[in-house]
Order: sequence, then structure tokens, then C-alpha cells
Amino acid sequence: MKKKIRGETFKFGDNINTDIISPPQYIELTVEEAAVHSMEAVDPDFTKRFRPGDVIVAGNNFGSGSSRETSPLALKYLGAGAVVAKYFARIFYRNSINIGLPLFECADTDRMEAGDEIEIDTEAGKIFNHTKKETYLCSRIPPHIMELIEEGGLVARLKRKYGTDGEKEGR
Amino acid sequence: MGKTLSEKILARAAGMEQVSAGDIVWVNVDIAMTDDVLGPRVEIAEGMKKIRDVVWDPDKLVIISDHYVPPATPKQAEIVKYTRDWSLSHGVKHYYEYIGPCHQILAEKGFDLPGTVIFGTDSHTTTGGAFGAFSTGCGSTEMLGIMISGETWVKVPETIRVSWGGALGPAVMAKDISLKTIGAIGHAGATYKAVEYQGETIRALPMDERMAISNMAVEMGAKVGLIAADEETDRYLKEIGVTTPYIKEESDTDALYCRSLSFSGEELKPMVACPHAVDNVREAAELSKTRIHQVYIGSCTGGRYSDLEAAARILKGRKVSPDTRLLISPASQSIYIRAMKSGILADLAEAGAVVMAPTCGVCAGLHSGLIASGESCLATSNRNFLGRMGSPESYVYLGSPLTAAASALTGYITDPTEVLN
Repeated sequence: MKKKIRGETFKFGDNINTDIISPPQYIELTVEEAAVHSMEAVDPDFTKRFRPGDVIVAGNNFGSGSSRETSPLALKYLGAGAVVAKYFARIFYRNSINIGLPLFECADTDRMEAGDEIEIDTEAGKIFNHTKKETYLCSRIPPHIMELIEEGGLVARLKRKYGTDGEKEGR
Repeated sequence: MGKTLSEKILARAAGMEQVSAGDIVWVNVDIAMTDDVLGPRVEIAEGMKKIRDVVWDPDKLVIISDHYVPPATPKQAEIVKYTRDWSLSHGVKHYYEYIGPCHQILAEKGFDLPGTVIFGTDSHTTTGGAFGAFSTGCGSTEMLGIMISGETWVKVPETIRVSWGGALGPAVMAKDISLKTIGAIGHAGATYKAVEYQGETIRALPMDERMAISNMAVEMGAKVGLIAADEETDRYLKEIGVTTPYIKEESDTDALYCRSLSFSGEELKPMVACPHAVDNVREAAELSKTRIHQVYIGSCTGGRYSDLEAAARILKGRKVSPDTRLLISPASQSIYIRAMKSGILADLAEAGAVVMAPTCGVCAGLHSGLIASGESCLATSNRNFLGRMGSPESYVYLGSPLTAAASALTGYITDPTEVLN
């Protein structure tokens, strides 16, 4: 994972759930086809304006609801640099880690506005707001998850342990 | 210090003497479940090809095509076909389709057993908690890991104890217990935690009703919604022909809970979750001016036999309001057959209901009864998020089957107390 993640923010409120991130009517499409409908119930132009590297900033409980991995996959496909929220729903959090979409918890998301240029220092657990010249604290990735990321994510870990090229290792 | 039910189950699954809330452990999974919408087609099939294209234990994997059946579009049909073909080619012993939402099928087919660990690619896999199983939802990539290795990591959750005492009134159901609890704990109040339901009110409920409670635990963010197994669990499992031994256990009397809440069953009124959040809960009686265009009785939350029976209690010999349509989807093929034989489906159809296939279609907003802009649906399902059942300008209310039937009768949200004989 990159040590510094810098991008322009797109701002959302509380409880941005999986039905908003990936609307049910489009799940039958491929992730790439469905991604253009992300967030359209709350921001119809979102995917027209969102650029790779931009950062999603939201309030409480981002990603609540369904276990659908199509939600973090869509945001990753759109090129989201990271998602910053006050906190995340459990399954969304695990899904994002597993597919390599960086998430950061930050209590000060109300102080960030749409269009602010922010820079996340992933090792220090800090966010610098270049537009407002403010610094906020954010979560660092917990050690056991960092281990997984350093191994290259869940699929890489599985490949190493169970891949047909190598012998199965113990735990 | 005693242990919670979660701690006991996870210690055994991890092969450890004991574990405590906050520990991160690798556990063996007893049953892995996936479906059509988030199954092999999302990350799993491709991922397995890259790693090892063999299911760790074909006897422990259950695949159920339930979301896109019967398919409404060629794309949905392709997804069901893909899921079926993949299951066959990978030697999956337990593949089902067209017989109902996965959580009901897991229960009916005897896969939800006390003391076991169950992971499924659907957030409402918490339903298995009604059997005292540590049963929870996960994403597709995580399922890929389980399907290859049979194991995954879990952070042992802290437990919120929810106690219900006293008998329920005739107009109140388990769904009202769910909604009242979610209203109190909040949409995210149990995130990363276990919720354990205890007390005489819960003990008095049949399995059908208990499942409606555990099913919705995820609507407060919970990892699991546990109800310790008891004689009623034994009765149900015996009835469906389970002969496998299982471990019945409960939280120790001195177990450590992070929070305890108590509620009175006697005081509970019919509850309704209003748009667009499940914790936006009010008493049904306060909402009598809310016009309802569609009523939906079905899903893994509110389509079981006792739910249909409750609806028929109100609707038999009466007519659904001409301004409202009533859609009914029994939660499984076996429920469908039982309700057909007992005459309940005929009673409901004569009242004006459209009786549909067992499916996730309406609840998940995929097919068979989506709603238009400006329309409101009162549903016995589990989620009322913005755009959940169709137009982003529509409204979904959640209530019990009794409240749903009463509302179908009047065309407005109606407290069933007013229409029960």
C-alpha cells in the first residue's frame, strides 16, 4: 500500500449503504458496467465527476447492509484512492481489505468539504487537508491486517499457502 | 470470568482451550454457503482458477440460486446457469435452486446446527444464530478463501445481551421484537459485536419466529444474532430429520457483556421501520395516515409458514383494499406446499393476494414486484434503504406479517390490533 494517498474529496453523509453504492438493479451487470451507477440515488452525476485517485469522505457507518463485494469493487474500479469515514460497517470493511481498497477511520470527516485536497499519511495515521491547512488524526491499519496487505492481500496469501505450484503449509 | 456463547463456539472452532472478546483467531468453518448473485461469478471462480480450483470439502459447501430465480432477464438467467454449471463441475454436493431464499433453505435442510460456525456470502446469514450457530455474512473474496482452505479469521466479538421478558400480545410477532431492538440499539450500534437474545419471551418463540429475530441482527451491524439452543431447537431439528449430534450450550451466568438491555414483551406494540433506515422505528398506530401501494409478505425474514398463517388470520374471508396490491412469496418450496395443502394460500389468494415463487426478488429489488417513484411498499422483509425495492424515489416500510396483512386490508399502515377478530 502507498505510504501517502493524495486526492480530491467527494463528500457523503452517514449510512451510505450498499444499496446506494451498488444499486440492486445493476448487480446482474459486470462490476465494470455496474460501477457507473454507483451512488446515483444520492448523487446522480457522481461517476461523471469522479476521477481516479479521488477520495471518498463520509460520516458514520459507511458500507452498511449487504455483503455484496460489488460495492468496494465498484469503488476500486472507479479508481478511489481511499475511503475515509467516521467508521465502517463490518463486512464492507473486511471486503475492502481483501480486495485492496484502503479505508481509514477519522472522527473529523465533518471538517472536510467536497473538493478539498487531502493527503493521507498511512503510516503516521494523519490526514493533511491542503485546502484548509488542517491536520486530522485517522486510523492506522491494524497489525494483523497490515500483515495480510504486506503479503499482497488474501488472494496472494492463499496462492502462497494453497497454490498448485507449492506444497500446502500449516497455519 | 465466564464465557459468552460466541467465545465458546469460536474457541472450539479455533481448536483452543479458550478465547476472549478481542482475540483474533483462525477458525475452521463447518458450513460455507454462497448463492447466485454473489457466488462463483464474483471473484470466486476466477480466483480459484488462479490458486487451486478445488473445493476444500464439497460436503460442507452449500450453493443456492435464490436471488435471480425465476430469472427476469437473460443476464439473470445466465447467472443462474453459470452458478449451476460451476457447482456441478466442482462436485458441490449441496446445490439447490428455485426452492427459496438461502437462509430458509440452510435451516430446513439441517445445515444450521447449534455450536457450529457458518459463513455465507449474504449479510442475513445471521439467521443461523437462531439455532445457536455462529453464523455470519462475508464477501466473495473471503468466501474464496474459505472454499479453498475451510478456514478464515475472526475477531472474537464482544456481546450485547438483549433480554426480553413477558408474554407477547396477540397482535405482536417476533418481527416487532426485532424492530424494537434495532430501534433501541441503532443502525450501527452493534457493529463488530455479537447480539445475544435471551429471556422467557424468546424461549417461548417457535423456531420460525426466532429466525426472524436472528436474521435482522445485521441491521444493527451485528456479526451474529445468537439465541442459545434449547428444547424448541431440538424439536425443530428432530422434525426435519437431523440425526447428526450437535453441541448445545449457552453463555455462562458470569459471562462478560459489553452492554445489557431489557425489554418488556407485554408492553410491545406492533412496530414499523420507516424509510430509509431500519432503525427509524415507530409504532404502527402512529402511522395510520401513511398510504401503502404495495404490501409484500415474503423473504428469509417474513415468509415462513407461521407468517403466512398470521396473514391469513386477518385476510381470510376479507378483501385486500382495491388501492393496494398484495404480493406473497413463501420463503421456501416446502412452506409453499404446506400452505397450499392447509388452504392458507387459497385464503390469501381469494382475499386478492398474488402468490409468487419462493425468491429473494422483491426484497432485494431484483425482480417480481419493484415499485415506482412515489410509491410505498410495506414489507415483511429486512431492509428499507433508499432505492432498495425499485425507484430511488420510492419508500419501503418494514413490519410484521400481521401488520402487513392489516395494511393490505385498509391501504394504509394499520395496527393489526384494529382488525384482529
